Amino acid sequence: MTQSRLISLALVAPALAILLALFVYPLGFSLVTAFEGEGGAWTVGNFTKAFDFYWRDIGFTVLIVGLSTVLIGGFAIAIGGFLTLGENPRAVAALRWLYRWPLFIPFVVAGQLMRTFLAKNGMMNNALVELGLLAPLQAQSYLDWRGIVVTFVWKQTPFVALLVAGAMAALDRATIEAARNLGAGRLRVLLEIVLPQVRQTLIVGLILSFVIMMSVLSVPLMINAQSPTMLTVDMAFRINAYGDYGVANALGFISYLMTGVVAWIYLRQGVREGGA
Amino acid sequence: MSAALRHHLGWLPQGVVLGLLAFAIFGPLLNMLLWAVAEQWYFPHKLPLEYGFSFWQRVFRPRGNAMVSLGNSIAIALFTVAVCLAVAIPAGYALARRSLPLRGLILLAFLLPQAFPSLAVYINVARIFYGLGLNGTIAGVVLVHTMHGLVFAVWIATAAFAAVDRELEEAARNIGASPLQAFRAVTLPLAAPGIMASAIFVFLESLDEFTGTYFVGVPDVTTLPLLLFTASMEGNYQIASITALILLVPSVGFMLFIERFLKADVLAKVGS
Repeated sequence: MTQSRLISLALVAPALAILLALFVYPLGFSLVTAFEGEGGAWTVGNFTKAFDFYWRDIGFTVLIVGLSTVLIGGFAIAIGGFLTLGENPRAVAALRWLYRWPLFIPFVVAGQLMRTFLAKNGMMNNALVELGLLAPLQAQSYLDWRGIVVTFVWKQTPFVALLVAGAMAALDRATIEAARNLGAGRLRVLLEIVLPQVRQTLIVGLILSFVIMMSVLSVPLMINAQSPTMLTVDMAFRINAYGDYGVANALGFISYLMTGVVAWIYLRQGVREGGA
Repeated sequence: MSAALRHHLGWLPQGVVLGLLAFAIFGPLLNMLLWAVAEQWYFPHKLPLEYGFSFWQRVFRPRGNAMVSLGNSIAIALFTVAVCLAVAIPAGYALARRSLPLRGLILLAFLLPQAFPSLAVYINVARIFYGLGLNGTIAGVVLVHTMHGLVFAVWIATAAFAAVDRELEEAARNIGASPLQAFRAVTLPLAAPGIMASAIFVFLESLDEFTGTYFVGVPDVTTLPLLLFTASMEGNYQIASITALILLVPSVGFMLFIERFLKADVLAKVGS
């Protein structure tokens, strides 16, 4: 190896060292601990215990994060599509200004906002009652699985919409104009011409959001303290209440598998399309 | 319906949808602002009974919990930015400019933490740190935040260096500057806006980080997000809302000005 390349490696080395020490090593630690019994022998006991105690929470987590991802995707396409194909410049400008506000708001703040907004006598119900759309006695709290989904969608949609709108803005306008001139409606142009070209960006944004939502502890703790709850809450509980790293890491392994499956579906589709 | 009438009413559905969206986005924020200035607010009243700033005095009391947390948060975020930049500037320069074996693989490696739910990693970081005596220390929290911010720091720094015109560097070399001199006098200043953007991003990520601090910082290091969480769980919505507001200001500010920091030429180079 030449001296120049050695210098290059030396320049990258400190950053790589941090990655190895603070991510790769603890990740390996978590994988080993998940399969380790009390005496240090290999076992799947942690997993049987994790499934026995938390099978409902595993399903609950898949449903909440899955539903949130689908809704985020739908809203992001709608926002990006309106920004790209909207014909009223004032409405487009208003939406462009409006949709990005929650972009960098931390999850813990979003959790606090929704905790008060979606409560039984929170602002949402109050507004609906004032408008006459809801009888005061029918008001109910949304601080359960619905509250988690609303908070996730509220917080993550701007991120995916920003990526999607950026990709849409970079598209060649000629095909869009041609389709419009031939009489295609805007919805059809969006779904059949624009969307297929930005699919890659959309899916990358959605996978990143999926992983992020799988890691959030504050929102499920603040919005939905009762059972069933999300796996992050269970992991924190196993450690804080019992110091039980075995089951906590088994649950962690299950959450790696969930994100792994999502990434695998994406990669497999990419290969299939690349081969076609 | 006549064409003229349809033209006049055409804005209506758009207006209604935009109005609903505005309520969905600003409603929760407005609710928080009301809580931040509410002295008394209980069911069934739809608005606070009394407004005032007595809770603000409690939050901003010198040496109170909140001021200590705010100090911790800012100190941790500044240290995190310093460590991230110290390792990301040389790494970004090498990745963008120098010949490097396995360059693509190394860039991808920094993305790896984004592919795994971080909580499951943090609980093990906390366990390892416990053995090293780093739990409950500022240094421990800074290290966790550094790991979290590193991917942004390295990727944006790489893009910032890649966006610098090579010919300017070569011109400096041609008139006799050493590689280090050319880097300091030409490359670094030209890449500075992009690096500044990554610094702001890392600062914000650290300021807002909850999960890692929750496991590694306890019981001695409290940051603003932890204070907000505790106040909220205790039902102290005024304190929680004021803390949320403090965290909100830099986040919204960055959202409004991000395009000024992160220019299109740098964005176009991300990942290339």
